[in-house]
Amino acid sequence: MANYTLNINGKKQQIDVDPTTPMLWVLRDHIKLVGTKFGCGIAQCGACTIHLGDNAVRSCQLPISAVGDQKITTIEGLSENGDHPVQQAWLEIDVPQCGYCQAGQIMSASALLKRTPNPTDEEIETAMNGNICRCGTYTRIKKAIKTAANSENA
Amino acid sequence: MTQIKTQYNRRSFIKVSAAAGGGMLIGFSWLNGCKPNSKEIAAGLPVPKEWFDINGYIKIGDTGLVTIFSPNPEIGQNVRTSMPMIVAEELEVPWENVVVEQAPLNTGFYQNQFAGGSLSIRLSWNALRMAGATGKRMLMEAAAKEWGLQVDEVTASEGVIKENNGTRSVGYGEIAAKAVGIEIPEEVTLKNVNDFKLIGTDVKNVDGKKIVTGQPLFGLDFQREGMKLAMIQHPPAFGMQLVDFNEDEIKNMPGISDAFIIDTTIAEPGMFDEVGFKKLVAIVGDSTWQLMQAKKALKVNWETTSELENSELHIQRLEEALVSGEVEETRTDGDPEAAFKKAAKVIERTYSAPFIAHNTLEPMNFFANVTDTAAELIGPTQTPEALEGSVAKLLNLPLENITVNMTRIGGGFGRRLYVHFGLEAAAISKKIGGPVKLIYSREDDMTQGTYRPTYRSVYKAGLDENNTLIAFSVKGAGLTEGPVFVNRFPAGTVDNYLAQRIKVATNITTGAWRAPRSNFTAGAEQAFLDEVAELAGKDPIDFRLELFERAIKNPVGEKNEYEAERYAGVLKLVKEKANWGEAKQGVHRGVAAYFCHSTYVAEIFDIVMKNDKPVIAKVWCAADCGIVVNKDGAKNMLEGGIIDGIGHGTYSQLTFENGAPKQMNFDTYQLIRNSQVPKEIEVFFVDNDIDPTGLGEPGLPPAIGALANALYKATGQRHYHQPFNLEKQIIG
Ligand code: FES
Ligand code: FES
Repeated sequence: MANYTLNINGKKQQIDVDPTTPMLWVLRDHIKLVGTKFGCGIAQCGACTIHLGDNAVRSCQLPISAVGDQKITTIEGLSENGDHPVQQAWLEIDVPQCGYCQAGQIMSASALLKRTPNPTDEEIETAMNGNICRCGTYTRIKKAIKTAANSENA
Repeated sequence: MTQIKTQYNRRSFIKVSAAAGGGMLIGFSWLNGCKPNSKEIAAGLPVPKEWFDINGYIKIGDTGLVTIFSPNPEIGQNVRTSMPMIVAEELEVPWENVVVEQAPLNTGFYQNQFAGGSLSIRLSWNALRMAGATGKRMLMEAAAKEWGLQVDEVTASEGVIKENNGTRSVGYGEIAAKAVGIEIPEEVTLKNVNDFKLIGTDVKNVDGKKIVTGQPLFGLDFQREGMKLAMIQHPPAFGMQLVDFNEDEIKNMPGISDAFIIDTTIAEPGMFDEVGFKKLVAIVGDSTWQLMQAKKALKVNWETTSELENSELHIQRLEEALVSGEVEETRTDGDPEAAFKKAAKVIERTYSAPFIAHNTLEPMNFFANVTDTAAELIGPTQTPEALEGSVAKLLNLPLENITVNMTRIGGGFGRRLYVHFGLEAAAISKKIGGPVKLIYSREDDMTQGTYRPTYRSVYKAGLDENNTLIAFSVKGAGLTEGPVFVNRFPAGTVDNYLAQRIKVATNITTGAWRAPRSNFTAGAEQAFLDEVAELAGKDPIDFRLELFERAIKNPVGEKNEYEAERYAGVLKLVKEKANWGEAKQGVHRGVAAYFCHSTYVAEIFDIVMKNDKPVIAKVWCAADCGIVVNKDGAKNMLEGGIIDGIGHGTYSQLTFENGAPKQMNFDTYQLIRNSQVPKEIEVFFVDNDIDPTGLGEPGLPPAIGALANALYKATGQRHYHQPFNLEKQIIG
């Protein structure tokens, strides 16, 4: 066990866990932020995507010991009132079916738009290929990313 | 005007009471299948008892806000939006005034719910309309009484009641408390379908905001003070059983509070009790990560109890069964043997598909809190009633002492019809004497069983010298059930017809997987018909329409399970919308149509070649699902089905070596990804006023056939064995 001070969604959090514990489980089991989802545990599905600094990372493969003082943002902290342009676009296009993958999709999409405000289709596909949607909402995900890109540029 | 009864044999389907906090509470059975002219009622037959179980509620608050408590499990079909829309339509309230809430826990609201086989809307349509119409009628009567008028002297619209010849008006909220005292009408009038204002529009998912902000909605998110976490370990292979494990070592690991063996064997298991393994190691602790470490440290002794099967053996068994297997069901019209003999041209082709896993993105999980006298279960299930029954058996408790409550479901596809994970949670909770949440790892989930069976079918067709189809046969075998629907198309369209469904044994467990049997049969049959049309020198759509023409005018046999006119209807619609027949440079097209779960769907795939690789540029889809309740929601379902069909037809498979699945997680089991989906999908609906049917399944099956047919046009290669992109490896 070891003691860590993390910066999660702008708040300092003290956690005492095994250094190998992935951030996914730190968030879900210890901090009780369950918006970040478990899908595979091996960085293949993207359900657990969070932001480390400005980058989208798979929290199931990010041990707490590797975080240091980098800022962590989860779906719960992406915006104050659920009004991040990506979240709004998701509602406008009515993307979700079961909804389980969508937190991860939104975290990947928002990181993409931060880096590449006007992504091409190929750039969207590359950035989003690590996020599985078992319900098959992919065409809507692409549409929503474009909607968000346009609204952010407006 | 359609009248609908609100009672039967003097028992009412509706209960009305004053709502806590003011207003009116209307209780009804969400599953009351009572049709306006129901056969049961006409014949005076006893109706199912669950028609009287109150499990849905409408609250009309004194502010005019209408709360609809939806008891239905949400597995992604958007029923939590579309079903309340039906109530709001008949109740005549503006959608802005409607709030949809999850029915509160522990009230028995969830009785008799079932989200499988695209049934939800089909079963509830009349009940929801009746409940809404009854509410409206009672509010109108209350207002009329207040004003000293007859009920036909007032009109209700948009949540307001007005007198027809005057200026008085009253909002629903103001009159709701008074409506409680009105007698429940025995019969109510339903709206004319043409007067629908809300049904048929695009309404956004009522849970959208909660989903995009990461609110705890799913079973895996459920928390209870003092709750432990648990994981299980099942045998690595089918045909193996647990003997013992290094219990002491595991119990001593950090964060682990207990480890033991559970056995979920119950007497007289039902169809939803299908399970790969009943004897399991259970590990209990405080954090998932520590449980995962403990799982890695397990040393388990397994014993072999039956044959450890390989995929090669499965193929061999299917091939043998097609020659001499046990026929479950058969249909013969005319004299197929003689007709094939005299046919001018005969074509025969074999199709196959592997086992596949459901792979809902939310792995199996369940919360249980078992005491000496009662059990409480909460989690993602499509069949709460079946779970209740099985838990009662397992724990030897009376049914009344078991409560099952449902959370939102992170994907169903049939997987959560099966209840074993709830039973396992209950067994663990009983052993530790406290609340626990069981979590499967992806590997546990993917290797546990209840797979889509592996199938193999041989299709044969005979044409006469005029290229008319005179003989057709299909023989289909599957582990553990055959894929053929003997009374479906092309049954009824050809004089000499033979269909055989053959089952083959295996110790690998199988179960319902999105559009059972159809998920394979549609692709095989529609790809075969494409070849038959080609052999006949006919356009693939014209060829099919000719067959439907025959089935409309002069059907062969009486048991045909489809309406040829509606089948032809979706083909004609998609043909027109896609401008089929008009050549487009570089665009290669394939078509398929299929009927399942009471819905008709036709699809056209447009493929273009990009760097020598086929890319799906566009999918055109036409569906006849009766009245479309929520248009955009319905489109989303069909789009998802199409993508699911492409994905599983192209990429996914589960193979076996010595009884063990070779694919255990998404690194080896491929699911379709963002870059692999069609660039565009456009969905059209046949406009009619038939009662709505489901959309959870029907988009998927034809996609595999249309894809195969378009791929042939683009590459010259026919595809017979799923998954297409691994075809060579599979057929060896
Ligand atoms: S759970 Fe982390 S990528 Fe799947
Ligand atoms: S919406 Fe169900 S997995 Fe994406």
